[in-house]
Amino acid sequence: MSRRDVVVTGIGIVSALGEGLEPHLAALRGERPASLDTERFAPYPLHPLAALELDRQIPKKSDQRQMEPWQRIGVYSAGLALDSAGLKDDAEAKSRLQVIVAAGGGERDHAVDAGILNGLRDATDPGAYLNERLMGDLRPTLFLAQLSNLLAGNIAIVHGVTGASRTFMGEEQAGVDAIRTAQARIAAGQADTVLVGGSYNAERRDMLLLFELGGMLRRDDVAPVFSREDKPGMITGSVGAFLVLEAAEHARDRGAKTFAKLAPVVATRSRRAAGDVEQALRRALDGFGAAKDVLAISAATGVGGITAEEASALAAFATTPIATGDLVGHGVEAAFPASVALAAAALSAGQAREAVVTGAGHRRGEGAAHLVAI
Amino acid sequence: MTTPHRDARGRPLVAVTGLGIITSLGQGKDSNWDALVAGRSGIHRIERFPTHGLRTTIAGTVDYLFDRPFAAPELSEKLATIAAEEAVTQSGLGQSGDFPGELFMAVPPVEMEWPQRRQMSQTLPGEADYDGLLRAAATGQFRPLHELFLFGSVADHIADHFGTKGSPISLSTACSSGATAIQMGVEAIRRGDTQAALCIGTDGSVHAEALIRFSLLSALSTQNDPPEGASKPFSKNRDGFVMGEGAGALVLEDYDHALARGATILGLIAGCGERGDGFHRTRSSPDGKPAILAMQDALADAGLAPGDVDYINAHGTSTPENDKMEAMSCAAVFGERMPSLPISSNKSMIGHTLTAAGAIEAVISLMTIAKGVITPTINHNVPDPAIPLDVVPNTAREARVRTVLSNSFGFGGQNTCLVLTAAPEAA
Repeated sequence: MSRRDVVVTGIGIVSALGEGLEPHLAALRGERPASLDTERFAPYPLHPLAALELDRQIPKKSDQRQMEPWQRIGVYSAGLALDSAGLKDDAEAKSRLQVIVAAGGGERDHAVDAGILNGLRDATDPGAYLNERLMGDLRPTLFLAQLSNLLAGNIAIVHGVTGASRTFMGEEQAGVDAIRTAQARIAAGQADTVLVGGSYNAERRDMLLLFELGGMLRRDDVAPVFSREDKPGMITGSVGAFLVLEAAEHARDRGAKTFAKLAPVVATRSRRAAGDVEQALRRALDGFGAAKDVLAISAATGVGGITAEEASALAAFATTPIATGDLVGHGVEAAFPASVALAAAALSAGQAREAVVTGAGHRRGEGAAHLVAI
Repeated sequence: MTTPHRDARGRPLVAVTGLGIITSLGQGKDSNWDALVAGRSGIHRIERFPTHGLRTTIAGTVDYLFDRPFAAPELSEKLATIAAEEAVTQSGLGQSGDFPGELFMAVPPVEMEWPQRRQMSQTLPGEADYDGLLRAAATGQFRPLHELFLFGSVADHIADHFGTKGSPISLSTACSSGATAIQMGVEAIRRGDTQAALCIGTDGSVHAEALIRFSLLSALSTQNDPPEGASKPFSKNRDGFVMGEGAGALVLEDYDHALARGATILGLIAGCGERGDGFHRTRSSPDGKPAILAMQDALADAGLAPGDVDYINAHGTSTPENDKMEAMSCAAVFGERMPSLPISSNKSMIGHTLTAAGAIEAVISLMTIAKGVITPTINHNVPDPAIPLDVVPNTAREARVRTVLSNSFGFGGQNTCLVLTAAPEAA
């Protein structure tokens, strides 16, 4: 089957560095330091979201209220991507635009949970007590603010994107598979344009809790992703990253600006025995046949073992890999989309002719992408 | 080498060679089919957790798989495993633990549940807030909870168990998730990325908070007595859906690949249609346009016309809003034929299995084609004059069914429709 070329025609990114390409390109060039908070969630450092003027992408306050922060970050960055692609005001294009979102979900109301947990200690009938408190204390709309597929739903409502959406779940690999599937569907002629990406709100203790259960977080002090051997683990960051991917011919026909060409994305599921991650990524990178002086961007987590393996796979190149986590923190579902977005932006800015992106999920899944300047 | 079979658009045909199902009615195709044809309900009083103080105290839970307390992802995984075992065994494809195709799984969103939160808080000397829980987590003694509550774990375990190839997809399109899992398998086979796909929808997430959340949205039936009478899709006295649990699994295969190995072909997934709806988070566009377009897209994708459809397997949740919107949308697509075109809702018997529904109902649709019997919409005692449909009320009906339209509509504006057809007469 003949495959079509796929290009990036829109990029929307928000993080601790700010919004849009400029601060992120500056960080890629090493001209802008990361923005970290080591106090608020101590002992866990993280990259908090820069202040956003939400009204600029989510005009209605009622819409803003119906979302949790991870959804607002996603809807905001999706809006930036639509603006960047010149599609925001094209109702006809938005009615055909496919959406693939890599999403987490469920932001807890921490105060409600704590109140219930404390109350449960003395409850004579814990089951009845739990029911009573949940019936009384949960906001009826909270559920909708939490549902994974409601990020896509809110993109439809706020931005008027009425093409169909799919939501992928599964931490980092959801982001890899979202980009892989979007690219493959366009290449095969199953879609012309896809809005694809993800978002993550790092500033929530319930997510820190999930990762700390597995011993996956870096504590106390900050160190670069590839230099955390003393205390391996993730330093998370609030990130939203969406791309508009498009068939090259379709982009040409409508005169769209193209950032870079995206080759088929590789996603693997290694067994995670020692050496598996390195082997999986090395095989993917070999398949790309990229030049030695390629721009290498890594969505590595900083988790012990697998991060060193990812570094070893990237050592095949002459260049020093840039860890997305050092710029904006680890964005879980958004980590790979953000890394691909950074690569496309850098190529478009003339920082390199060719880029590779890698990422091994903190628990499972490996992905790799190859982008070429137009 | 014979000429490859292609559909009207020149794409590979997508055959179904294996089906598996588990619901509150039982485990496996035979027990489910017998119950569905008999018009039996699987809805019952909830015993899994205390229902004191709740407005809804019934559900179609699957209570016969564990003899210990369990978390929702454990049940979702168990349900998926059982349904997939049945489907993969029937397909005869690959070796045990070595399925030669990709995995597409509709899984419910997961998060830590109250028993685990409570267990951790009980180790704390002071305040049971999230900082306390973080300190408990940092001890390392609750490590298995990390894997248990990751979104990607269930599909990863299923991929391990069945030896599927590639990176497994965990997806959600709310109440149309099961249909989306099938659609993604169809697309991958049409692209030639894989010759087979294991598509599963599973949902084992009826616990207190999940039920309360739907209850607070006024989405659930509160007619708890008798439980089996609560789910009444398309009836005038319908008052909400009833939560259900279960899983449906389908082995999809490139038609020529299936023919070449002499597999029994149970039917085709001939077309898929999907549309978003930007109207509201829980309500559909008043004009029903997205649902109408999703049905029309599915038919067009299959190269068929409305006149080719013999039966509609409805989304039919039993909520006032869905059933009205679905009836109106079907009338728009099928026109004058609609009052006499059979349309029934499995949810009248198994409840709304949420993430699993699209897959479970696709399995039942393909069984309908094979058996020549349409399963009924039970509890249809008070017809709604605003819904002039042949809902196959209360009693199963024999009929020659070659083409089924299966509808799934979900929160967040998700509309997914599948066209399922009988295997081609001559290979």
